[in-house]
Amino acid sequence: MIDAPAALSFDGVTRSFPDRHGGRTTALRGVTWLARAGVVTGLVGPDGAGKTTALRLAAGLLTPDSGAVRVLDLDPVAQVGVVRDRIGYMPQRFGLYEDLTVGENLRLFADLQGVPHAARPDRFAQLMRIAGLGPFLDRLAGRLSGGMKQKLGLACALLKEPDLLLLDEPSVGVDPVSRRELWKIIDGLVAGRGIGVVVATAYLDEAERCGEVVVLDRGEVLATGAPAGFAAQQRGRVLELEPAPGEPPRALQVACAELPGTIDSTIRAGRVRVVTASPPRVEQLAAARGARSHAGVTPSFEDAFMAQLAGRHERLPVGRRERAVEPAADDVAVRVRDLSKRFGAFAAVRSVSFDVRRGEIFGLLGPNGAGKTTTFRMLCGLTSISDGEATVAGRDLRRAGRLARLQLGYMAQKFSLYGALSVVENLRFFGRAYGLRGRRLRERIQVGLEEFGLVERRDDEAGRLPAGYKQRLAMAAALLHEPAILFLDEPTSGVDPLARREFWQRINAVALGGTTVVVTTHFLEEAEFCDRMLIMARGAVLALGTPDEIRTLARTAAHPEPSIEDAFILLAERQGDAA
Amino acid sequence: MSARRGWLVARPGLGRTLGFLRKETLQIVRDPSSIALALVMPVVLTFLFGYGVSLDAEDVPIAVVLEDPGDAARDLVASLQGSPQFEVVRADSMPAAERLVREHRAEAVLRIRRELGEGLAAGGPAPVQLLLDGVDSNRARLIGSYVDAAIGRAAAIRRLRGEAPGVPLVTAVPRTWFNPALRSTHFLVPGLVALVMTLTGILLTALVVAREWERGTMEAVLVTPLRPGEFLLAKLLPYYALGMGGMLLASGIGVTVFGVPLRGSFAALFAISSLFLLASLGLGLVISSSVRQQFVAAQASILAGFLPAFFLSGLLFDLGSTPPAIRVISHVVPARWFVEASHTLFMAGDIGAVLWRDAGVLALMAFVLLAIARRKTTTRLAEDRA
Repeated sequence: MIDAPAALSFDGVTRSFPDRHGGRTTALRGVTWLARAGVVTGLVGPDGAGKTTALRLAAGLLTPDSGAVRVLDLDPVAQVGVVRDRIGYMPQRFGLYEDLTVGENLRLFADLQGVPHAARPDRFAQLMRIAGLGPFLDRLAGRLSGGMKQKLGLACALLKEPDLLLLDEPSVGVDPVSRRELWKIIDGLVAGRGIGVVVATAYLDEAERCGEVVVLDRGEVLATGAPAGFAAQQRGRVLELEPAPGEPPRALQVACAELPGTIDSTIRAGRVRVVTASPPRVEQLAAARGARSHAGVTPSFEDAFMAQLAGRHERLPVGRRERAVEPAADDVAVRVRDLSKRFGAFAAVRSVSFDVRRGEIFGLLGPNGAGKTTTFRMLCGLTSISDGEATVAGRDLRRAGRLARLQLGYMAQKFSLYGALSVVENLRFFGRAYGLRGRRLRERIQVGLEEFGLVERRDDEAGRLPAGYKQRLAMAAALLHEPAILFLDEPTSGVDPLARREFWQRINAVALGGTTVVVTTHFLEEAEFCDRMLIMARGAVLALGTPDEIRTLARTAAHPEPSIEDAFILLAERQGDAA
Repeated sequence: MSARRGWLVARPGLGRTLGFLRKETLQIVRDPSSIALALVMPVVLTFLFGYGVSLDAEDVPIAVVLEDPGDAARDLVASLQGSPQFEVVRADSMPAAERLVREHRAEAVLRIRRELGEGLAAGGPAPVQLLLDGVDSNRARLIGSYVDAAIGRAAAIRRLRGEAPGVPLVTAVPRTWFNPALRSTHFLVPGLVALVMTLTGILLTALVVAREWERGTMEAVLVTPLRPGEFLLAKLLPYYALGMGGMLLASGIGVTVFGVPLRGSFAALFAISSLFLLASLGLGLVISSSVRQQFVAAQASILAGFLPAFFLSGLLFDLGSTPPAIRVISHVVPARWFVEASHTLFMAGDIGAVLWRDAGVLALMAFVLLAIARRKTTTRLAEDRA
């Protein structure tokens, strides 16, 4: 495998772009790496690492400032015609025409790539079978779910049977079931035809599936090699703690995160997983809190990745440690009974009931089209309720929608602040929109700036902030009026692993302060941070409970420690069989 | 069928262009807003200009204060009443007449004083007082000249009856060429055609390429073997067809519904419209390949395309009466040349000297703009995008 020919190679490649202040920012700084035929190579790194620039250079969409890029032993700039005939490229957001049908998209890209007419019927049928899109040939691409779009985008990139396939963040906005299917297709291609595949991704579990990984950060290659080899470097530094009975894993995780020497700490399958430079400290903490410590845990690629990046990125201390309110079953912040939403004849949400307790983090999970966004929108008062009842902070949404809305803060999936206004101007506007004035407004803005580390950026234009800061600002704005309930719609979609960790720390702090948090997410591993969660599919409730309860649903003798994702996939398959 | 396919495979460029062209056509057919802009708007605009916008004054309400009960005064009033331009409103006194003007119930006041009969009888000057609402100065001048004409007619009648002595020594007999009825619709509709084609050519085209950038489809297309020339051709053809469709609709309605003459040949109109449309499409493509955002593309199209076509082309305002600087600037506006050609074709005929010059300038502009668009369309992403 190691001796397979290079499908793509970068040799000392530098590429910079003019920035807005008249200077240049360097996206790639003298990077050298290669991707072999017959191997899936993962380009892994946080936002701004240079992953997309690297793929665009490989596709000949950009020219390097210096250094050499070789694609299939060809120059992608001088021999652009030949190279483009032999590569398949799927840009971010899949590059599909949403106002054309599945079949029309295929036909267009077949025309553009010069696929012979005689070969088309077989090729189309084959690709549609692989992608599972056969029944949807006449559906507009814009009406497909994220997962189906992804597979159609892949099919369009594969029409000409490329020798090198380049995929730019193929899984953003795609549910876990579809992500697994994509990887099955890719693995099949590599095994069957021995093509080279390069995948840029911020999903570390995907990186783990790659044959080789190139870790990029801020335009530099930090390391290359097989994911397993990376992981091995962290042997002995990874511990798993099983919290004492009654202690929520989240509290233990916060304590671990603050220990000196801790590189990374997350919650996995109900346990706190810690990567640390000093395992004895963690053992001590575990002993003090009555947690059972498991040493000798096999390190994962994610552990190694976080260790690679440790110290390269600034991390904000997150305030607040004490829990203000202990969520109790009889202290209900959001109450939903038989909630339904119909769009014409289509029932997007069917008779959903649940309670969210005050001060808890409540997750709303499910694949695209499950109805979670619609449910969420009804609770925020953004869309009308067809049937059933919903109260938020004691206010009936159907009768006292305006009063209910004053009790909630909302953070939209896309950055929805004013890009041309400064940080503080945005806060001032949103504060006033929620009725804050005078001294109180000034105080709340100051608190928000400090809490979210925005003091030094208070006069920066919001649109020019780095992605992580934009999210901080959005959250600060949503919390200005001290809402009883904070609604977050896919807050971590398209956000890199570093920012995701910081985000959950913040959410944790907000919840500890007594604010109820309702959050939707695609990332099932993040569900571990929720107190309880609701899993939806096809408009109905699939499961409701604590992460532990949900995992128990999938526990079998063969699979004693399932993850939330395993449970989710099992539940979805069961529902599919029943339907 | 298979023979045709074999032929396509032998010419991959043609296959790519046709594929992209088919996609473009499907998108237009499925997007009601582009159809509305290209085909419905010309119809609406033509009717709006035809019925609603008129530079002529008709049925102007004029208040008449009749202080002289004599025959001469009555003849004058009768002459006003008989004219299609006026709607006579009687007022008892000057204050009453002035109130009518303030309340917008009259646009002019004609005061016929007691001295009229006496003055005429004495063979001396016989003044009447005319008050005009000067808010719209052009219209005031127009109304003034209509009143002059009515007074002239009244005097002529009196002379015919032998009541007035003397015959003027010289009389001018005006004769209007090209637009004998002096109907402004005949002037407006040919200019409107320029406006319609500007909107389709620049705005629609600028939007569609910017849309490809915004939606991320451009990147997917760029990595295919499609060449820039093929891309441009496939973008040009459908919008050329739409633009010409709009032109034909607007001129067809002008000719059939509003009786605008087409004195030149249809072939010449078609040819010069094509050149103008190509220049507009070229400008649209230049805009869209430069800005890459639909919102900015729309703004740039309005500023660089629509406003100059409206104000600097002579379709509404005579360029001859604008300051020299504006007149010089207007030479770089394609619509200026097309409006000149269009006015000539509709109202005068195939005047070779004018049309060849206009066509030549438009062809040059089309060539330059399309060449710039071709240069700006590459198979790579621009320098400044990460």
